[in-house]
Amino acid sequence: MKFSVDGYSRFIVNNPILVIVLSLIWAGIAIYGITNFRFTNDYRYFFSSENPYLTAFEELERTYSSPDTLLYVYQPKDGTKATSAQALQMVEEITTQGWQIPFSTRVDSITNFQNTRAIGEDDLEVRDLVVDAGQTDAEMRAYVEETILNEPLLVGRLLSQDARTGAILVSLRPPRDDTMATSSIVQAARDLRAEMRKKYPNIRLELTGSQMLSQSFSEAAQSDLSTLTPLMYLIIAAFLVVATRSLSGTIATVIVIALSAAAAMGFGSWLNIPISPPVSGAPVIILTVAVADCVHLLITALVARGNGADKKTAIIESLSINAQPVFLTSVTTAIGLFSLNFSDAPPYRDLGTLSGFGALFAWIFSMSLFPALLTLMPMGASKSVDMQSRIMGRFADWVILRRKPLLLIMLGVALTSTALLPRFTFNDRFVEYFDERMDFRVASDWASDNLTGIYIINYSLAGDGPGGVSEPDYLEDLDNFGTWLRGQPEVKHVASFADVVKRINRSMNADRQSFYAVPENRELSAQYLLLYEMSLPYGLDLNDQLNVDKSESRLIVTLTDVSTVEMQALRARALGWLRENTPEAMHVEPSGQAVMFSYIGRRNFEAMTQGTLVAFLLISACLMLALRSLRLGLISLIPNIAPPVVAFGVFSVIQTEVGFWTSFVTATAIGLIVDATVHMLTKYRHARINLKRSAEDSVRYSFATVGTALWVSSVILVTGFMVLTNSPFLINGMLGLVVSMTILAALILDFLLLPPLLIEIDGRLRGDAPSAPTSTPTEAS
Amino acid sequence: MKSHLFTLLTAALLALSLSVRGAHAATLPATDDPEARGLAIATMSDETNLGFGDTKTELRMVLTNASGQVSERRMRFNTLENKDTKDGDWNLMVFDEPRDVKGTAMLTYSHILEPDEQWMFLPALKRVKRISSVNKSGPFMGSEFAFEDFSGQEVGKYSYLWLRDEACGDRECHVVERRPLYKHSGYTRSLAWTDTQDYQIRKVVYYDRKDALLKTLTFSKYKKYLDKYWRSHDLYMENHVTGKRTRLVWENISFRTGLSEKDFSQNSLKRAR
Repeated sequence: MKFSVDGYSRFIVNNPILVIVLSLIWAGIAIYGITNFRFTNDYRYFFSSENPYLTAFEELERTYSSPDTLLYVYQPKDGTKATSAQALQMVEEITTQGWQIPFSTRVDSITNFQNTRAIGEDDLEVRDLVVDAGQTDAEMRAYVEETILNEPLLVGRLLSQDARTGAILVSLRPPRDDTMATSSIVQAARDLRAEMRKKYPNIRLELTGSQMLSQSFSEAAQSDLSTLTPLMYLIIAAFLVVATRSLSGTIATVIVIALSAAAAMGFGSWLNIPISPPVSGAPVIILTVAVADCVHLLITALVARGNGADKKTAIIESLSINAQPVFLTSVTTAIGLFSLNFSDAPPYRDLGTLSGFGALFAWIFSMSLFPALLTLMPMGASKSVDMQSRIMGRFADWVILRRKPLLLIMLGVALTSTALLPRFTFNDRFVEYFDERMDFRVASDWASDNLTGIYIINYSLAGDGPGGVSEPDYLEDLDNFGTWLRGQPEVKHVASFADVVKRINRSMNADRQSFYAVPENRELSAQYLLLYEMSLPYGLDLNDQLNVDKSESRLIVTLTDVSTVEMQALRARALGWLRENTPEAMHVEPSGQAVMFSYIGRRNFEAMTQGTLVAFLLISACLMLALRSLRLGLISLIPNIAPPVVAFGVFSVIQTEVGFWTSFVTATAIGLIVDATVHMLTKYRHARINLKRSAEDSVRYSFATVGTALWVSSVILVTGFMVLTNSPFLINGMLGLVVSMTILAALILDFLLLPPLLIEIDGRLRGDAPSAPTSTPTEAS
Repeated sequence: MKSHLFTLLTAALLALSLSVRGAHAATLPATDDPEARGLAIATMSDETNLGFGDTKTELRMVLTNASGQVSERRMRFNTLENKDTKDGDWNLMVFDEPRDVKGTAMLTYSHILEPDEQWMFLPALKRVKRISSVNKSGPFMGSEFAFEDFSGQEVGKYSYLWLRDEACGDRECHVVERRPLYKHSGYTRSLAWTDTQDYQIRKVVYYDRKDALLKTLTFSKYKKYLDKYWRSHDLYMENHVTGKRTRLVWENISFRTGLSEKDFSQNSLKRAR
């Protein structure tokens, strides 16, 4: 094998131009796929088709209407009421324009509210609450305000209790197969906001709603991709230059990183994988893998150069030494990344597939393009690297000398961290995923403080068979449930069909308040309903509240900006109330986006934990085969699994509430974790078996040969990921922080835990007596 | 659908448009005047229904939502042709199913560009209520039909633009774009396919307020009555946005049953059941 690697290496250094051209062609073909890029920011893509919450959500959508929303919230700046002539005029305009937003199916506002009014004893008028807003007089506006404040469907939803803040709600139904629907909706919605802000400078107008949340996810991811990610690349390049003192090596590394990432993204498009917000994290994952591969090759070559070899010989030597471990780390890392396919959420599966291929591309390019580039560029000996390997030798001696206390301390840290893990609770506050630098966060916080929230859950409550929604008992239960919900601290507003029926009953009885109640019998309710439905205009019907045979109605509950834990608590209390107070048919769970997302954190973390464990077992199996050692394979499990455990253990001291970003951490760091373990172990085994050294000397050999590369790549990546902590997007910020911690933990554990483990376990079992420290091998191979 | 709810054109419109009598494609204005051509097609179609007098029919409505859940409604429907050709017809609808609305009756004096006048008798309340509303565009009994889809298609309700002639099934059709003139319509426009042989509407495609495709209505099972009047017995409406469908089946149509104005009064509502 060595011979053929040698031949391959010679071919590369002798034909660098050919290799570069072939690499570029091959990369070009893959990258060409980018022309077919398909973006998606449809939040439904986060849920696999078998996910029960998605199924419930889609059932709700098919039975009633789509729960996707845009919410315009406004407030006059001069302290006047939200029902002033000017404000009403703006509401009327937004209401009309709202119908023009792509995929809108309904617009609800205080102007187009279908007000029912008795005229005399037997005339019923059904019409827009406000017509020709510009012409309204004070008396009319007082009537409007009074009507709204007494209408449970409106107050607290479209007008605040103090009448200072109002809202316009646009319901939409973006088609499932149009992945860019949200972007076009948001574009139109923002244009309308801009137009209205310009026309009504005295009114503060903000835009939020579920579609804005979806869009903010992808915009945050994209903004990081275009600002922080390049900065991260820059910092990594700068650090590489400082650590290796090799400009040419740095340039070659950056080219390999960029090509690997671009080729993987292009390849993904060939596979028809859409670019969703999680997938946009793939370039960063690929970066870690590519950096690790290149740094090993570069440092080994620099060491050889320092030992007096000429450039070509140094490169050939580096390729020969690293061919096997780099191949092994690439395959095992790819396995780890492919394990993301265990996730319940399709975007994470895509992320795993893309990054896995990216790891393989990184391997191909670092074994071909990288040495070819190095051959063409000047490469001197690096004093810095030379000195670092000497320091590594002394460091190895220190570790070996103090291996027993180190072993105890490190195992203690790992076990303590493991014990800390159960303290974590999964809690996502989606609005708080965006910091105050983002428009959506500002708008949502303001809307929530002044009027209403964007979290909506829906109860589809069944009556007794077709037409059952008209039964007095059913309506009473519905009304009582609504009243109970309104008393809950998490609830901002409840839209109940019972309130519709009560209002019609009153209007059918000359607007006498004593009739604001559930009608006395089923026929009466059903006939009122028939009459009322006949009088409603397009888009403002009751089909969004009643199913086709009127056996079920939908109760829409708007919540404050609750966390997922609070949401689940409310859900449980509500179910308890329903069980105690209603017939069995009504004992149901709510559905909607807010419900779906409240489970995404835990569901994914569980799937990912299983996936990661399986991946690490597979990686260990690969190592057993490659190293032909059951023992080393098993030992590798510890430094592989421990880094994320330790990182999360330390993190738990700062914060015990985590969200669904945690699922990304191990996947992102896996490239470096596995790289460090594999390189340490292959070098150790080489010394132990091929060079017949003792366990201690083999550890020294590992440190001397790969120690520098490991600390250089780790420090570079830690610094790089710390850049991400500046993201306005909490997912990326947290990811940057915890991945940095994980990489640091991996480095520390590979230096301070793995060597003592090897000496104590492998050394003892093989029965060789611990030998006195010998001189450190500085030459490679 | 004009066919169902009758209507006369105004004499003025007739005079203006053409001297159509036994209208034929040959007499249509040329294709370089699409507006006149569209109007002429609508006028000729409307004329095929002239003088039907009155009808009594039974209606069955089958609603299906996107999940395939089905629900049925039944009603009876009486119509009186308005002698005043500038106005819409009169009709009386009595609901039979679902059972909880049985006996509820609705009287409508339809108008072309004004809100309809409507009264409803509620048996549970034993009273007649007058409904004052400009709305004709909401869903009829929770179905995909709006009252405006389904009530008389008088010529004066729209402005017309002929687009093209093309095959429709085994016939040839004129495709005409119609823009509602009633301010409170739920649509920006609709496209109507009218066949060139019998001048009956075969298909209508509706566009919502943002001019996005909303619904398609297909007419089938046409039968000829009194040797002149065509009636479709199967109207199928499909909502492309929500995936919901409604089939409207017309049964037992009888013509000239002797109904008169007194059968379409507020008092008649209470007796209607």
